Amino acid sequence: MVTLTIDGREVRAEEGKVLLEVARDNRIDIPALCQHDSVAAYGACRLCMVEISRKGREKLVASCLYPAEEGLVVKTDSPRVIHVRRTVTELLLARCPDSEVLQDLARKLGIERPRFSLEEGNHKCILCALCTRACEQVVGASAISLANRGTARQMATPFHAFSEACIACGTCAEICPTRAIDINDVGDTRIIVMPNVTMEFKLKQCSVCGSYWAPERQLEHIIRQAGLPDNAFDKCPDCRD
Amino acid sequence: MSEQATRISEKVSAILDKYRHEEGMLVSILQDIQAEYNHLPKDALVEVSRRLGIPLTQVYSVATFFKAFSLTPRGRHSIHVCLGTACHVRGAVRVLDEVERELGIKAGETTADLKYTLERVNCVGACALGPIVIVDDQFSGEMTIDKVKPMLTSYD
Repeated sequence: MVTLTIDGREVRAEEGKVLLEVARDNRIDIPALCQHDSVAAYGACRLCMVEISRKGREKLVASCLYPAEEGLVVKTDSPRVIHVRRTVTELLLARCPDSEVLQDLARKLGIERPRFSLEEGNHKCILCALCTRACEQVVGASAISLANRGTARQMATPFHAFSEACIACGTCAEICPTRAIDINDVGDTRIIVMPNVTMEFKLKQCSVCGSYWAPERQLEHIIRQAGLPDNAFDKCPDCRD
Repeated sequence: MSEQATRISEKVSAILDKYRHEEGMLVSILQDIQAEYNHLPKDALVEVSRRLGIPLTQVYSVATFFKAFSLTPRGRHSIHVCLGTACHVRGAVRVLDEVERELGIKAGETTADLKYTLERVNCVGACALGPIVIVDDQFSGEMTIDKVKPMLTSYD
């Protein structure tokens, strides 16, 4: 255990635990979009920046990546932190003006309109890579990734085409902090709309009640992973004994 | 598998053998494929992913990250027009305009007959000779609009 100071409060924390978690354990809120407990920290959104001082030197660090250490003094609401948090929010909002999540955040920070020119195209992706990280680290499918570089960087499937590795589970849509991915089940089809590609998947029909209850590819994936018999999912959960 | 896909598969297999199927050599592997085909064919990337046992998304991310790689076929000859400061002040923009007009393409594009790929670069370190145009490995210094057409017709 180490002792550190956050916003003037002395707190105890496990050594190596990241500042964002330590702060949240102590009910100190730091906004963050690209952080999720189920995947490794990545430091993409830059919203969780905090100011630390060690040996009289102050600097800004991403709290989702910076580990707690003995004697560290952390500020989560200093003028410098608020300034950079506002600027980051403005940049993100200028990129995705239609994102309700970013609009809310901007409102909380008192931003009426970003000073940067607004991007057009009605996408809500902030390139935080939560979807691609979850797809790789949680689902184990690696069906999507970030492609290109610089201003052309985007979340994409290989060649912007149907991704053969996708099991249609919808984890990407579920985990996306800005709801940039839409997922809809229409009849026997699941439609996943990503910023740069739309994919359709067949849903499995229950052999008893006839309802379409899960994507065929996802069920095949589970059968493969868990070594279940091929007919393990012929019936939907409601019709199983 | 089509005949072309089979050929690509064999070629990729040989390149992977050279790098002992090491995942960490992905960039070198892609460089070799690009040297062979002048671009990265989709079938080759799929093959690399399959044989190395790494996700296609990973291969695609790397292939699109580096500017040296191209997913679309490139011309037999590459033209680089330098637009660095020294070349710029000596009229490189007009030279580029002339090349674009002669070839009917913009910088970054390839002619329909796959003869030329045109690109702009920012300084090649030969500022005293500007404006510079590089075709393949051939440097042409002190370029003028008049010299563009003769230069282009000297290649086949």
